[in-house]
Amino acid sequence: MNRSFVARNPSVLIFLALLALFTLGVTILSEGFGVGMISTSFVKTLGKTLCLCLVAVAMDLIWGYAGILSLGHFAFFGLGGYMIGMWLMYERTRLIVVDALAQGSMPPTPQEVVDGIGNQIFGVVGSSEFPAVWAFADSLTLQLALVVLVPGLLALVFGWLAFRSRVTGVYLSILTQAMTLALALYLFQNDSGLRGNNGLSGLQNLPGVTASQDVVSMWFFWGSALALGLGYLLAAWVVSGKFGSVIRGIRDNEARVRFLGYSVEAYKLALFTLTACIAGIAGALYYPQAGIINPAEIAPIASIYLAVWVAIGGRGRLYGAVIGAAVVSLLSSWFTGGQAPDIPLGFYTVKWVDWWLVLLGLSFVGVTLFAPQGIGGLVDLISDRLRPDRHGADLGPDQGSLREKEARK
Amino acid sequence: MSTLLEVSGVSVSFDGFRAINNLSFRIADAEMRAVIGPNGAGKTTFMDIVTGKTKPDEGRVLWGEKSVSLLKMSEAKIAQAGVGRKFQKPTVFEDQSVQENLLMALKKPRGWFPVLSYRPSDEDLAKVATLADDIGLGDALLRKSGELSHGQKQWLEIGILLAQEPRLLLVDEPAAGMTPEEREKTTDILVEAAKTRAVVVVEHDMEFVRRLNCKVTVLHEGSVLAEGSLDHVTSNQDVIDVYLGR
Repeated sequence: MNRSFVARNPSVLIFLALLALFTLGVTILSEGFGVGMISTSFVKTLGKTLCLCLVAVAMDLIWGYAGILSLGHFAFFGLGGYMIGMWLMYERTRLIVVDALAQGSMPPTPQEVVDGIGNQIFGVVGSSEFPAVWAFADSLTLQLALVVLVPGLLALVFGWLAFRSRVTGVYLSILTQAMTLALALYLFQNDSGLRGNNGLSGLQNLPGVTASQDVVSMWFFWGSALALGLGYLLAAWVVSGKFGSVIRGIRDNEARVRFLGYSVEAYKLALFTLTACIAGIAGALYYPQAGIINPAEIAPIASIYLAVWVAIGGRGRLYGAVIGAAVVSLLSSWFTGGQAPDIPLGFYTVKWVDWWLVLLGLSFVGVTLFAPQGIGGLVDLISDRLRPDRHGADLGPDQGSLREKEARK
Repeated sequence: MSTLLEVSGVSVSFDGFRAINNLSFRIADAEMRAVIGPNGAGKTTFMDIVTGKTKPDEGRVLWGEKSVSLLKMSEAKIAQAGVGRKFQKPTVFEDQSVQENLLMALKKPRGWFPVLSYRPSDEDLAKVATLADDIGLGDALLRKSGELSHGQKQWLEIGILLAQEPRLLLVDEPAAGMTPEEREKTTDILVEAAKTRAVVVVEHDMEFVRRLNCKVTVLHEGSVLAEGSLDHVTSNQDVIDVYLGR
C-alpha cells in the first residue's frame, strides 16, 4: 500500500509514455518541424483532440468517480476559450491599429488607439465602446489567470447553490444543462460584450509572432499534449488516495459517507470547481487552434457529447475518458468532414454527414446496454488473462461470497 | 457515569403520522443498551434524529459533557463529534477494498484539503490491520468488500464504526441474516466495544438481546413503553400486549 505513486498506478506511466511517443511521432511527421506527412490542418485537429481529451478527463473525475453527471462542463471549456480569445483579439487588433495610425502625420494618443481597437472589434455589433468585461484584455497575464478563475468561480457559485440544497441525480444534470444554456443565450446577445453570435475570431494568429501556422500549430500541439499529460497526472493523483476513496464512496452511497463524518457537499464542490478549472484550461488551448469561438460552442448539446465520449470510452477510469474523447471526436470529424464514403443502397444513399449522429446515438445506446465498461473495458480483457484462474470457486474466504462468475458482472 | 446522550421530549411527524411522540432517552458513557419494539415503533427514526438525518419538530438532543445540542449540526459534524451509525442493511463501499474502507473511516482530519494529500502512514496501516483481525477479516484486507459474504460485510461495517473511534455507536439490527456462529461473534465484538463507549443496539431477535445482557428500552408508537433489564421488561404486561404477545 505504501509503495510509490507510479507503482500503484502503472497505467499512468503507460499513458504518459504513449502520449510522449504520439507527440514525438506527430512532430516528426509534421510540416512545421518534420517531413511534412501530416498537414497543418490535421495537426490542428490532433491538437484540438488532445484538448477534448483533457476536458474528458475532467468529466470522468466528476462523473465517473464522483457520480455527478454534469451536463454543463462545456460552459467552463468555452469560458476558458473566451478568456484567452479576448487577449488574442485585443492584442492583434492593437498592433494593426497602431500600424495604421502610424501612417498619419501626428503620433496617435493612447485614447485614439483604444478607440481604434474598439471600432475594429465591436463595429460588427454596432458599437465601439469597450464593455466592462474587457477591462483586463490588454494584459496577457491577467487574462491567463481569468482562464482558470472565471470557470472556477462560476463552478464555485453554481456548485455551492446546487450541492448545498442537496440536488442530486438527474435534477442536478438538468440544472447544469440550464446553466450552460443560460450562458449560451446570454452570450448570444450583442450587448453581452463578447460580440454576440459573431464570437471572437482570428484566434489562430498569435500577436507579434511572425512564424507560419505550420510552426504555431505545433506549438499549440505541444502545449495541448503537455496540458493533457499534467492534467492526467493531477487527476490520477487526486483519485489515487483517500480523496479518491471518499469521492467514489459519494458516488456509491452518499449517506454512508456523510455518517462517516465527511462533508459530502464540500467534497463535491471542491471537485466540481477543480474540474471546471481543468475544463477552462483545455478550452483556452482549444480555441486558438480552432481559430474562432462563438456562443454555439457552449450550447447544451456540446456538454452532452462530452458525457457520450466518456461513456463510450469507459467511465471510472481516466484512460477510458481519453480513449473515448479521441476516438469519437476523430471519427466524428472523419464522418462529418465528408471523408467517409457514402453507401448507395439503390433506393437511398446513406450520407454519413447526415447519418453520423444516428450511428453515434446507436453506439451510445449499445455501449450503455452491452458494454457498460466502454472501450476502456477492453483493457480488462488483458488484465483478466493475468488474473489467477479460480476455476469458478468462491472469491471470498467465506461461504456466501460472490462466485467467480458472478463477480465478472 | 455521566450522561453522554440525552434525548428529551422529542416528537416528529411525517405527513401527519407521529413517528416519534414525546420520546425521552438517555445513555451514559460506556453503556450497552438494546432498543426493541414492533415494526413502526420509531426505532430507525430515533437513530435518524440522533445522527441528524431527520430534524424533529420539537424536543432536545444534547450531547457530551458540555450538553451541546445536536439539532443544529449537520450529519457530518455529528459523526465527527463521535456518533457512529451502522445501517440495517450492510452498507460498505463494495467497489473498494476492505483496507480502503477502513482507512476512510480511521479517525483523521475529515476536510477535503488534508484528505487530498493524506497518504497512510505505517502506523495507520498497522491500526487497520489490527482492526481487520478483530472483525475476522485479517486475511481479506486487499479484497474488494463487494466480494465478502453478508455476515462479513456486517462485520466490516462494525469495523468501519470502530475505526471512527466514536463515543456512541448506533447499531441497527447487526445480526440480521447471520448464521448462529456469526451472531455469537457479533455479540462478542459489541460487548467488547461497549467497555469503552456507549452502544445502542436495535434488534428484533430476543435471543440476541439476551446474550447482550444489558438494559433494554422498549419503544412503542414513538415513545418509551418500558425500560429495565430484559426479564423486567418481558414481564411487563404492556410489553407483552403490544409486542411479545403477538
